[in-house]
Amino acid sequence: MTAVLDTILQGVLLGGLYALFAAGLALIFGVMRLVNLAHGDLIVLAAYLILLIANTLHLGVILSFIIALPLMFAAGYVLQTGLLNRVIGNDILAPLLTTFGLSIILQNAMLTGFSADSRRLTSDGIETASLPLFNGLAIGVMPLLTFLAAVAVIIALNQLFYRTALGYAFRAVSDDPVTARLMGIDDKQLFGIAMGVALAVCAVAALFLGLRANFDPTIGPGRLIFAFEAVIIGGLGSLWGTLAGGVILGVAQTIGASINPEWQLLAGHLAFLVVLAVAPRGLFPRAVD
Amino acid sequence: MALLETRGLTARYGDFKALFGIDFAIEAGETVAIIGANGAGKSTFLRAICGLLAAAPESIRFDGAAIGGAAPAEIVRRGIAMAPEGRKLFPSLSVEENLRVGAWSQKTPGYWNLSSVYELFPMLKERRSTPATALSGGQQQMVTIGRALMSNPRLLLCDEISLGLAPIVIRDIYAALPRIRQGGVSLVIVEQDIAQAMAVADRVYCFQEGRVTLSGAPAALSRDAIHEAYFGH
Amino acid sequence: MMNSAAPRFVIATRTPVSTVAAFGSAALILFLAALPFLAGRNVMQNMFFILTMLALAQFWNLLAGYSGLISVGQQAFVGLGAYLLFAWTILAGVDPVLAIVLSGAVAALIALPTSFLVFRLKGAYFAVGTWVVAEVFRLLLAQVKILGGGTGTALPREVTNDAVLVSWITHLTGARAAVARDMADYWLALILAIAAIGLVYGLLRSRRGLALAAIRDHEAASGSVGVDATRTKRLVYVVSAFGAGMTGALIYLSKARISPDAAFSLIDWTAFVFFIVIIGGIATIEGPIIGVLVFWLIQNELSSFGSVYLMLLGALAIVIMLFFPKGIWGTLAERFDLHLFPIRRRLEIVDRAGSPDDIDLRPAPAAHVHGGKP
Repeated sequence: MTAVLDTILQGVLLGGLYALFAAGLALIFGVMRLVNLAHGDLIVLAAYLILLIANTLHLGVILSFIIALPLMFAAGYVLQTGLLNRVIGNDILAPLLTTFGLSIILQNAMLTGFSADSRRLTSDGIETASLPLFNGLAIGVMPLLTFLAAVAVIIALNQLFYRTALGYAFRAVSDDPVTARLMGIDDKQLFGIAMGVALAVCAVAALFLGLRANFDPTIGPGRLIFAFEAVIIGGLGSLWGTLAGGVILGVAQTIGASINPEWQLLAGHLAFLVVLAVAPRGLFPRAVD
Repeated sequence: MALLETRGLTARYGDFKALFGIDFAIEAGETVAIIGANGAGKSTFLRAICGLLAAAPESIRFDGAAIGGAAPAEIVRRGIAMAPEGRKLFPSLSVEENLRVGAWSQKTPGYWNLSSVYELFPMLKERRSTPATALSGGQQQMVTIGRALMSNPRLLLCDEISLGLAPIVIRDIYAALPRIRQGGVSLVIVEQDIAQAMAVADRVYCFQEGRVTLSGAPAALSRDAIHEAYFGH
Repeated sequence: MMNSAAPRFVIATRTPVSTVAAFGSAALILFLAALPFLAGRNVMQNMFFILTMLALAQFWNLLAGYSGLISVGQQAFVGLGAYLLFAWTILAGVDPVLAIVLSGAVAALIALPTSFLVFRLKGAYFAVGTWVVAEVFRLLLAQVKILGGGTGTALPREVTNDAVLVSWITHLTGARAAVARDMADYWLALILAIAAIGLVYGLLRSRRGLALAAIRDHEAASGSVGVDATRTKRLVYVVSAFGAGMTGALIYLSKARISPDAAFSLIDWTAFVFFIVIIGGIATIEGPIIGVLVFWLIQNELSSFGSVYLMLLGALAIVIMLFFPKGIWGTLAERFDLHLFPIRRRLEIVDRAGSPDDIDLRPAPAAHVHGGKP
């Protein structure tokens, strides 16, 4: 019984990481109907950025992360206004192929720059620390912090979208970009800000990704798929739904892994396919689509 | 100098030419109505003014400055706002959020803000948290007008505000127009309801197939002249 | 009432250029068929690569360009077809040529229920969904120990060298087994490429093809004129899987070695195909032909540069998407109104009699639909 509880607990906390992956993806789709195929690679890029800052400036991982945050925001703004704004529109082929091309460029640029070696972010033993619970169960401090970070990010994004003028503008532009212009909203600039926010969230995801496990330039696409599955399971339009989706994905994976370690990924994909078959709009979709 | 004037304004949708050289002027403080049948080019004209359609820079002047073809955001900043045809409220936003979005371009406070708009349309205050598109047609129209006012424009363009509304509702909305004028806003009203237009306007223009066929003060225009200008025979 | 003097209309697709092209292609096909007797193994192997990539590109183009179903998961059926070939030949002793067709058929069979799942997603989400499907196939097949599991396996010599076609060629030409295998693979690839083009062309010329254009342009509106969009899309998805499956089977028959990561490679079976189609010209049949040649040239020159090569390819794809979204052929075709494989239907008024006001647009008595086979 304890073993089962432990597995589920691990899965829930893993879901936090997946929700962090998914939050940026969901945000961008919500504001500009863009599925960024390079999303996972951008998370990996952020991880390398944190590593680079830590190694060159000899700073701790948290400080490096804090420096990386505005850099990633700026990168997102430039990426959107410089490239992606040119390809979003009614046609889905252009943004799909462009972000796909971007994904390949990023992966290979990182391979060239950082080599294929696995890397890790370290932080004085917090990666292995654990908190004891009842019944001999313990939870890792890192996974717990990851989950709490996911919750914090979601709360922050919801505040942004539902309590600020910028948030109203985001939602207006998402509904009707032409009429939004009549309000004086520069949709191009707003998309840039949205992408900046999304990449900042990617930086948060990268911090916890790097602290939790090894990373290398090729793991981007895998993270994209986890993010995507979390969003679909949870349902479009709700960030809490995305957290739920991440948790379900995480639990499915840990249960699969507990039966046979080789089945971890398959179990997650299976859960995704089942939800897709049974509830195609996700488990917690927003009422207004 | 006129607040807004157009000279020889032409506009097209792709290959289709919709406006064939419109001469138009409105002075500060005036209410000018534009009437005409469907497809006459009235909405096209408003879209060209607020930057949603391309136009030659010199063909539209606001306060003397050439604004033809400028971006909509720029035109809002200069002080022209539009209550678009079909209301075009943002479905994901509540009534109050729609109003707040209207103030996006506002840098300095002006007469029109949330409380003055709620004073103008008290019904909206009761429903401030409702999703905007869940309201009745008339209430949505009020939100549309209120949203446009939030940017404190000097010129408000109203595109077919009576479309699809019951007569009594239309009367309520038009009853608000004098208050809007008092708030320092000049009005261009595109209307299919000729009687309503004539009742509130200082001057009337009639469009037909992309051209101005008649203009003048309502009192000076005979019924036959209007009929001819409207229908072409 | 039939007025023999009233003008009639016909639907025409043939153009003067296409007629010339038709004769040209016949000559080209004869030349290509004779190639193994004219050129060495190196040429045949390169042509094999070109022809199989061309086939893959045509099938992806059918799905994405013509039907608007952008897939990032074609590798699912390429890999599946490849594994099925290994299964049929190693486990069931089926002759490779027959196995190729069977592999395609089974891939199509599996594509059918898969379509019910992936069609629940739309647009870009559909694309990622197809990718997930490919991942699932890869992970599942990596669990199949009798086909090598995660590390893969190889085709035994009896399968490759003693196959009917190969033996026949050795018998006929006296060439040794390795050369005969190259010749066999090459001819199979040529047949496959021609069949792919023929299948796509035939489909687009049919009524289904017209339905596809309608669906791609405006799905909701197409429904209102009686087009069953879902059924048509499903057909295209299954046909595309059939094609990709057969091509994957042939490719891995030639390689004779398989592993899950290679068979389900995103780069080899999707990224390269993307590139071929968009540089050549999406939603045209001529486009992938040009695209594959350009790609082969680039691949030849630059693939030794590894990561940098891929970065270049990615950057090139982005540049093309931004500035030449119609690709080389698409831009040329638009400029000069060229259509070698005419699919566009034109309305031609035949024998116009009387004044314009008299035009009677009833169709001619017998079913007069022009645009016979080139």
